[in-house]
Amino acid sequence: MSSMRILIIEDDTEAALYLAKALREAGHVADHACDGLEGYDKAREGTYDVLVVDRMLPKLDGLSLIGGLRIQKIETPVLILSALGQVDDRVKGLRAGGDDYLTKPYAFAELLARVEVLARRKSSGAGEETVYRVGGLELDRLSHKLTRNGKEIMLQPREFRLLEYLMKHAGQVVTRTMLLENVWDYHFDPQTNVIDVHISRLRAKIDKGFDPQLLQTIRGAGYMIRDGNR
Amino acid sequence: MTAIAKLFRTTAFKISLAYLVVAAIGAGLVLARAGWNVEKLIDAQIAQTVDTDITGLAEQYSEGGIGRLVQAVQRRSEQPGGGLYLVTTHAGEPIVGNVANLPPGVLAQPGLVETDYLRASDLTTPHRALARIFALPGGFRLLVGHDIDEALRMRRIFAGALVTSLIWLVIIGTIGGLWVARHVLRRVDTINAKAKTIVAGDLSGRLPLAGTGDELDRLVQNLNSMLDRISVLVTGLNEVSDNIAHDLKTPLTRLRSRAEQALQFAETPEDYRLALEKVIDESDALIRVFDALLMIARAEAGAGPEGMVDFDAAGVARDVGELYEPLAEDRGINLALETEPGLILHGSRELIGQALANLVDNALKYGTPQSDAEKLAQPDVVVAAKRQGKLVEISVADHGPGIAAGDRDRVKERFVRLENSRSRPGSGLGLALAAAVARLHKGTLRFEDNSPGLKAVLALPAAAAIPAKLAQPARSQTGAAA
Repeated sequence: MSSMRILIIEDDTEAALYLAKALREAGHVADHACDGLEGYDKAREGTYDVLVVDRMLPKLDGLSLIGGLRIQKIETPVLILSALGQVDDRVKGLRAGGDDYLTKPYAFAELLARVEVLARRKSSGAGEETVYRVGGLELDRLSHKLTRNGKEIMLQPREFRLLEYLMKHAGQVVTRTMLLENVWDYHFDPQTNVIDVHISRLRAKIDKGFDPQLLQTIRGAGYMIRDGNR
Repeated sequence: MTAIAKLFRTTAFKISLAYLVVAAIGAGLVLARAGWNVEKLIDAQIAQTVDTDITGLAEQYSEGGIGRLVQAVQRRSEQPGGGLYLVTTHAGEPIVGNVANLPPGVLAQPGLVETDYLRASDLTTPHRALARIFALPGGFRLLVGHDIDEALRMRRIFAGALVTSLIWLVIIGTIGGLWVARHVLRRVDTINAKAKTIVAGDLSGRLPLAGTGDELDRLVQNLNSMLDRISVLVTGLNEVSDNIAHDLKTPLTRLRSRAEQALQFAETPEDYRLALEKVIDESDALIRVFDALLMIARAEAGAGPEGMVDFDAAGVARDVGELYEPLAEDRGINLALETEPGLILHGSRELIGQALANLVDNALKYGTPQSDAEKLAQPDVVVAAKRQGKLVEISVADHGPGIAAGDRDRVKERFVRLENSRSRPGSGLGLALAAAVARLHKGTLRFEDNSPGLKAVLALPAAAAIPAKLAQPARSQTGAAA
């Protein structure tokens, strides 16, 4: 993942500084704005890859800020942070122009994974190809055919969607909640590690008997599919 | 506010006053109408008498000339009673009669005239009369009239009666109004006094009943049943807060002691790392509990219309079933799905999905058969969505130990965990959330005996109209990079 410029608009300075430090640690450039107006001005300069916007901000609230940017055709991807985690709050946030929504308190790994996915979507328009390739694995989105080293692998429809999502974000960490949201379209916490079981099933189908192992578990964060040789 | 001012301001007094005004107007109208009718009757009688007299006298004149008329008038004038007669020359000089003086011009007026006059026998007191002037051939004028003082007196009597009765009405009405007001006020005051002690904190207190069964008593009864309901709720709330305090303090204590132990005993960076990871795990568990509690509270408060859409319940059952199927298989449980098409619900697909996921999660956790002997040929856990009359029933049936009939309501409360489940992970909020979601959708969560096992049923009212787009379950907006 190449370095990204990230603007954090958050009035809790301690949280913002920690976040900025952690993002820099992960190899990115992070700026910080303390209130809605300052954040709006900085964001309008338009040199950021992702904005991380707290929903409740002094001077200008997060949703109005996003709305204002979108009216000015500034399409920088926005991750909304909020203490409100209910379904309709999320819908409101996304409707206001946000691209993703994360409930406080969050794990940093979760935020990082989401920010990186948002940034890459902006920079490369990734994921629009009809065939995804990782190592010898080839997934055809139109014919719904999957092969590894030319050998066809049969998948259940949901497994196919799971792999499709992982391969679309190949080389990036995707978290369990991102998978539940994007593959199953639910935003709740399934309590048990249901996703892990789906992953190990998928892994058994695509990696078993092959080398290298493409579908990797990233400890404390989630999963990533990548060509291990590179 | 003085006691008497308070009395005047009571609703009872104001209503009495309003009634009083209406009654006074009514009495006034009745008496005035009666008086007017009597007067009209008297007037008509007088007019008739006068006309008869005139006809008679005119006949006398036409038969015997002025001499005979004068004689007749003379005779009639002397008779007692209210009859008035006067014959004048064409110049108005009186010839004969018992009328001494008339205001000028009266004799020239045609028709029936009301006028003042003086009697020949009493030249000091003016009287009132109703008279008719008749012009005789030969220029003479004949006045025939009748004294109406009697009628006027009658009118005064009526007017007097009207005023007197109105005065009495006002006096009696005011006193009555005050009495009623005082009576009501005294009862309201006792109710208010009791209400104040209840407001001050004595929630067990109840408002006093007079035992008369009147509207105030009925109001008091309703207020009392409201108080009953409130104290039940408050008691429940206190229990919930106690439970929450207890159930949150346990993990918080664990969290704290983990950190403390690390400070005390950790030596290598690896020790610290392990301790911190455990601390994060504990806080994640706490966050999950908070999220679940908030979600329950939101569902119970009734979420806004925003998240509500029409969606296919069978789709949700399929999604959740499919989500848990690999996990079930890992645990050696067969998970089967039974759905019907066209099960449209109106509500929050997310919340229903979450509720069903909780039920499936429970079934996988607790619903495993006790022994091999109990294993049946049919699947161990069945997730079904079926139409039942006006309801859509989404159920999860297992072949585990089940829940005793007596505990089936209790497990829907927050943090309630049955004894045999305490050893396993869980917050005790899953069923509470499912029940709250059911209530939010005006449905119920019930537990049945699956003999053996448990069948948890979410019974939800089906959406009124079935929309055209059945094929795809409604999808909410997705998050990152779908």
